[in-house]
Amino acid sequence: MKTTYREAIRAAIRDAMQRDERVFLMGEDVGRYGGGFAVSLGLLEEFGPRRIRDTPLSEAGFVGAGIGAALGGMRPIVEIMTVNFSLLALDQIVNNAATLLHMSGGQFNVPIVIRMTTGGGRQLAAQHSHSLEGWIAHIPGLRVLAPATLEDARGMLWTALEDPDPVLIFEHGSLYNVAGELADDAGAVDTDTAAVRRAGADVSLITYGGTLPTVLEAAEALANDDIDAEVLDLRTLRPLDDDAIVATVEKTHRAVVIDEGWRSGGISAELSARITENAFFDLDAPVARVCSEEVPVPYAKHLERAALPSVERIVAAAREAVGARG
Amino acid sequence: MTEDETAQAIAADPEHVRGLLRQMLRVRRLEEECVELYSASKIRGFLHVYIGEEAVAAGVMSVLAADDAVVATYREHGHALLRGVPATAIMAEMYGHAEGCCRGRGGSMHLFDAGTRFYGGNAIVAGGLPLAVGLALADKMAGRHRVTVCFFGEGAVAEGEFHESLNLAALWDLPVLFCCENNLYAMGTALERSESQTDIALKAAVYEVSAWAVDGMDVLAVEEAARRAVDAVRGGGGPHFLELRTYRFRAHSMFDPERYREKAEVERWMKRDPIVLLRSALEASGALSSDQWEALEQEVAAEVRDAVAFAEAGTLEPVEELTRFVYSERSPR
Ligand SMILES: Cc1ncc(C[n+]2csc(CCOP(=O)(O)OP(=O)(O)O)c2C)c(N)n1
Repeated sequence: MKTTYREAIRAAIRDAMQRDERVFLMGEDVGRYGGGFAVSLGLLEEFGPRRIRDTPLSEAGFVGAGIGAALGGMRPIVEIMTVNFSLLALDQIVNNAATLLHMSGGQFNVPIVIRMTTGGGRQLAAQHSHSLEGWIAHIPGLRVLAPATLEDARGMLWTALEDPDPVLIFEHGSLYNVAGELADDAGAVDTDTAAVRRAGADVSLITYGGTLPTVLEAAEALANDDIDAEVLDLRTLRPLDDDAIVATVEKTHRAVVIDEGWRSGGISAELSARITENAFFDLDAPVARVCSEEVPVPYAKHLERAALPSVERIVAAAREAVGARG
Repeated sequence: MTEDETAQAIAADPEHVRGLLRQMLRVRRLEEECVELYSASKIRGFLHVYIGEEAVAAGVMSVLAADDAVVATYREHGHALLRGVPATAIMAEMYGHAEGCCRGRGGSMHLFDAGTRFYGGNAIVAGGLPLAVGLALADKMAGRHRVTVCFFGEGAVAEGEFHESLNLAALWDLPVLFCCENNLYAMGTALERSESQTDIALKAAVYEVSAWAVDGMDVLAVEEAARRAVDAVRGGGGPHFLELRTYRFRAHSMFDPERYREKAEVERWMKRDPIVLLRSALEASGALSSDQWEALEQEVAAEVRDAVAFAEAGTLEPVEELTRFVYSERSPR
């Protein structure tokens, strides 16, 4: 079946709503407007306003209400328009969702799913373009997902809803229009493991989310230069799949981490540290990183492009890692 | 309530009114012990006592059903106790022991109990209000006629989460009872130094939430107001709001030199001690003999003694268990 990333998520929401009466969607403009990124378009007509709930502009209020509803036995899907606005709800996410199970000595788990758009590349400037999922992945008690493919867009939601604990799903804004083939019977996928999206022998390009297409493009460019790159899609940023990370480094002995977040204190730093901790003696070159420049993402197209990871920067980093061959 | 109304309430059901006195006394004596134990370094962290405000929790809890839910703040020992969490489990939690209601993970500010639907214990001012809204939303969506009661201080009124929560609860017509414990100070900040409009019930009313102010030192008045509000909420009347005017007799926490208020003001309020007021009213009505009072004191003292003994005999959660309860261990619901 031909579909898009956006439609795959919509299909996943529809499927979840049909399978489980406890599931409902709430967020700003998810109903009448059809979703800020049109993900939920048509669902209001299909499921009605009780289960497709438009909320006021109250991120802390409705995210907290989602946590309460989860405590009360529902399975809410809360949509936050973008990760930037989720900062208004950080209190609820970090101080309540992530902590209640532990503070209550195991009594109260919070089965909530929070979806939001992340990332840049659309000239939306510094308040709509940041990639903050690495920050969130810092928090114990949460699971952090970054679907990069149609299969994951379609399949991660149901698995997230079955998780007894809070799951955050980061959907990169540049992926919504990605089109492709999806199996008619595509369904739930695991949310524990990373996936090799391109097998290779010379260097491991480790990435996730909206950067995956760029990295795959870079891998093709490297192939023209006779560099055989392996591409590992992390899929889940918390918990990280350490085995898959070690396995690819053991195979290629070189690693380049590509992350649209900033380098300083970001998840790329975490990945680099884990590679040094777990696979140091397998390395033939220092771990390299391609991240966003340390600026608030600018508006002008050329500036934005210069700020975000690009095919050229990834290729350059990979070449350097394999020793400037070609 | 007027003296006459109080006398009538006592005459109508002296046993019940003595029960309210007993509940307030249980909180008072337990917390007095907590303060001692804090000085003795048995309890650590932050400790916020409710002494002076007991009529609020006692009056409200008295009208709740077993399957209603309660959300409270870091000043919640009394709420937990009167909701039915055993004093033993509360005290053991404050000792940080494995036998505590949260296995030592929460401490004084984070008491939780699934059995009584006591959802904490929240140390983020106003952080509990959205949770209460969500619990009520779940009930409404599932067609259950339960009430969620949310306690918070007047300091929370300045937070965005307060306004977002009242708006959502009213917009969606949810079964929540908001109980604002207005003790006039948020740490050292007096209400009139933090709010342009100090009439809190009026603020709630702006959101189309039925709201009124109650004398929070009069447990019978609190109970009556709470009954009226809870009945209305349960009957589908949407969210309600009580502003309970009360006063904290002690410092904000154990680290508060109380530079922000006059001793005379505290003494004035202490004349309205809810326990003293009710005890006098019962005695005046001939519904409480000195023997009965003595027996009550002894019973409560025994409960506190048992709680301390239980906590003292408690064990430390093994350090190997440190990382438990970060993620669920049971299979998905
Ligand atoms: C969001 C947040 N800001 C600040 C604090 C620090 N703090 C703890 S209690 C408190 C005062 C709250 O007063 P109030 O809500 O009136 O409750 P009371 O302590 O009087 O019961 C403050 C400022 C906090 N815990 N949470």
